[in-house]
Amino acid sequence: MPTISRDEVAHLARLARLDLHDDELDHYASQLDVILASVARVAEVAAADVPATSHPIPMNNVLRPDVVTPGLTSAEALSGAPASDEGRFRVPRILDEE
Amino acid sequence: MSAEGQHLTRLAAADIAAAIARGDVSAVEVAQAHLDRIAEVDQRVHAFLHVDAEGALEAAAAIDAKRRAGEPLGPLAGVPLALKDVMAMRGIPTTAGSKVLEGWRPPYDSTVVARLRAADVVILGKTNMDEFAMGSSTEHSAYGPTHNPWDLDRIPGGSGGGSAAALASFEAPLAIGTDTGGSIRQPAAVTGTVGVKPTYGGVSRYGLVALASSLDQAGPCARTVEDTALLHAAIAGYDPRDSTSINEPVPAVVEAARRGDVRGLRVGLVKELSGEGYQAGVTQRFTEAVDLLTSLGAEVVEVSCPHFDYALAAYYLILPSEASSNLARFDGMRFGVRVGDNGERGVEEVMSLTREAGFGAEVKRRIMIGTYALSSGYYDAYYGQAQKVRTLIQRDFAAAFEKVDVLVSPTAPTTAFRIGEKVDDPIAMYLNDVATIPVNLAGNCAMSLPIGLAPEDGLPVGLQIMAAAKADASLYNVGAALEAALRDRWGHLLIEEAPAL
Repeated sequence: MPTISRDEVAHLARLARLDLHDDELDHYASQLDVILASVARVAEVAAADVPATSHPIPMNNVLRPDVVTPGLTSAEALSGAPASDEGRFRVPRILDEE
Repeated sequence: MSAEGQHLTRLAAADIAAAIARGDVSAVEVAQAHLDRIAEVDQRVHAFLHVDAEGALEAAAAIDAKRRAGEPLGPLAGVPLALKDVMAMRGIPTTAGSKVLEGWRPPYDSTVVARLRAADVVILGKTNMDEFAMGSSTEHSAYGPTHNPWDLDRIPGGSGGGSAAALASFEAPLAIGTDTGGSIRQPAAVTGTVGVKPTYGGVSRYGLVALASSLDQAGPCARTVEDTALLHAAIAGYDPRDSTSINEPVPAVVEAARRGDVRGLRVGLVKELSGEGYQAGVTQRFTEAVDLLTSLGAEVVEVSCPHFDYALAAYYLILPSEASSNLARFDGMRFGVRVGDNGERGVEEVMSLTREAGFGAEVKRRIMIGTYALSSGYYDAYYGQAQKVRTLIQRDFAAAFEKVDVLVSPTAPTTAFRIGEKVDDPIAMYLNDVATIPVNLAGNCAMSLPIGLAPEDGLPVGLQIMAAAKADASLYNVGAALEAALRDRWGHLLIEEAPAL
């Protein structure tokens, strides 16, 4: 049975870009434990020689004709942006100051 | 609300379209009657997150003008529809039930919306749902729960509880849902309405806010089998904008819904989807419905699908894994809400603050489960093994469909539970989908339709019909036969027994 510590939850939250509060870390540590213990049942199935299914209706090399079709205008693409500037998405700084 | 308006809201979609085509009533009058009904009851039901009265009346007026000009009208022209808030609709708020998308107005239409417009369906507004479709009760909506019209203290199912409640409260005769693990079928079951999850790839996912891309499928919801088929035919079909779209003709669902003949049809009862965990009244109504199928001439046999017992576990690994990847796009950079951008903080910190503030508890739980299942060291044991179980479930279905034409089970193990009862118990909540999940994992199709009220609580029970991939028409054939026989028995549709509100 998996056990997941508060530190591991904090690590997962960092990987998932979630700035969890302290009380959330405690809450999720116990809940994730229960959920993971429950889904770990998949290991009971002997499936060493069974292929994996990633997609329910198999399709390969799905291509469309290489024809230009109208897309969004710049104004449309930016219409939902939290911040934009000079026809571009404005984002916070992407490099650390150090 | 006038008696005439009241009457219009209780009609089937097919009858509304026929009345408009004949000129007995205008599309504007029909739209207004439904908008009035929404104004009257939605404060208590809360099926809608956004009502687009202006857009609906404009669309209706355009249809009336078309009719006056003698232009041909389609079979659903002028019929109002409730759209799940997970579908992008140009210029109309689309939140997927999340705070992180509050105020977002898409600059484009999803393919489903484009096809609804082309069919002259009148879209009334956007319906409530569990945040990003993660849930079975609509309690995980960031905008508050939807109430079941049969008992306002109970859940309407989820994630498409808003769409199902809109149908059951006569706010709309048609609705769009999406079904990743049962989000069309389980709400249909607990509200006494009809819902179909088409074969994966049957309806385009373009413009659908993605939850789990290999499981998500949009589909039709209505109060009758025929209306559901008409809507299915309107939205289905190949779309080059969705690379998983099936490039084949749409199954003849409308013809099947008008046939309704199960004589000689082989029906399989899934042994693993019964017994322990199923409410007594659910089992009772299900058994009676199966007996009815037998009396209509179907051959009923029991079928075993042994790996269905592992479907729930596999699903709750595959879904969070895909969801954690899909939801990475909600980073507060290109659309939606941004939190904590004070000019000092870096992009990663702003993303983390945005996601912390923008996502609800269930979304965070599933993102972390997915992140865990995909992380190195656990990938093979969790995600990899779940994908193998998925293959075994497909094989169970394939073996079953060698023996029978369709499979049946109760849609959900219980009737509608009380709001708040399971909201902080994820495992109890996940068990609602135990009977609907196998179909999503395998990619085939299924319908839920009402088969009566559970004697112990007087709440609707649904029966699930499952068919092979691309055999969507069989669902409608069996559903129509059962619906007609039940209507004969009761003298009306079950939904007629819903409280007046």
